[in-house]
Amino acid sequence: MSLKAFHLVFIVASIALAFGFSLWSVLNYRAPSGTIWDLVIGLAAFAVGVGLVVYERYFLKKLKNVSYL
Amino acid sequence: MDIPYTSEPRQDTGLFNAKVGIWLFLASEVMLFGALFSSYILLRVGAEPGEWPHGLLNIPLGMTNTIVLIVSSITVVMAWASLKMKNFARFKLFQSITLLCALAFLGIKSYEYHDKFTHYEVWLKDGKIADGHLVENNADTIVLHHAHYVDKEAAAKVTHAWQEREIKEEEITIKKSDIRLREGGKLDMESYGPWHNTYTAIYFTLTGLHALHVIGGAIVIFFLWGPLSGMWKTDPERYTNRIEISGLFWHFVDLVWIFLFPVLYLL
Repeated sequence: MSLKAFHLVFIVASIALAFGFSLWSVLNYRAPSGTIWDLVIGLAAFAVGVGLVVYERYFLKKLKNVSYL
Repeated sequence: MDIPYTSEPRQDTGLFNAKVGIWLFLASEVMLFGALFSSYILLRVGAEPGEWPHGLLNIPLGMTNTIVLIVSSITVVMAWASLKMKNFARFKLFQSITLLCALAFLGIKSYEYHDKFTHYEVWLKDGKIADGHLVENNADTIVLHHAHYVDKEAAAKVTHAWQEREIKEEEITIKKSDIRLREGGKLDMESYGPWHNTYTAIYFTLTGLHALHVIGGAIVIFFLWGPLSGMWKTDPERYTNRIEISGLFWHFVDLVWIFLFPVLYLL
């Protein structure tokens, strides 16, 4: 597996973490002692997740001639 | 004497030798971290209800470190791609950002460790427990910042980190004569170091081992970026392969953190 393939695996894991963390923060916000910061962090994590999806598409296009091995 | 298969792939594996080597090494690393993660899970599910600590770690700092490592993985792969496109100046730029990210990660981690080593639990003679950051240790008194008295019954009911926020924190001054004594006459107070409880032991083991990997990876990346970069002129293909190998290790280290962050900070 080349660095290109491993990087894709890593970015997919990061996207999953970003969206999962976003959900966790929003659930905290809705809890009785939730604060506006939970919502801000949740939205920021969601934005990071979306950014990583966009980056992954860019990365695939940029390195389309590099082998996965 | 030429060392074979440093650039060209072997016929039997389809890969140059260093790539087979690094994947065998990473397989052993998966077993090492896998064993520690398994230990964490077993310790956690085996803990008595309410005994496993919540909210001890600073989530914004952990989140910042996660972003720092994600950025470093992007710069490390961009550095490798720059070499593939024969752009050595861009490679230098991207790897220097990777090194800065490694330093930033270690700086934040050091701050978190310092925070834990100055965070104390103090057992008083009346049975109460004071919990806070030790800022003064005088002859007769100690002063704890961001401190509160622990209610063991209430703590047992805490199941989510957000419930910890209902605790009001203040500055507490405690007379040393009010602190319970241990055998040998020492004051019964202890920082949140690895010796404090099962959670801090596994936290320091996992994050400490991870930090050692970050240091090791950063040293290799630095040497390839600086002292060994002359190889780009003499054998560019082999040099590019070395950068890929160091990038694979760096990605593994980053991937471990992607699992460590939610397990230790959020759940």
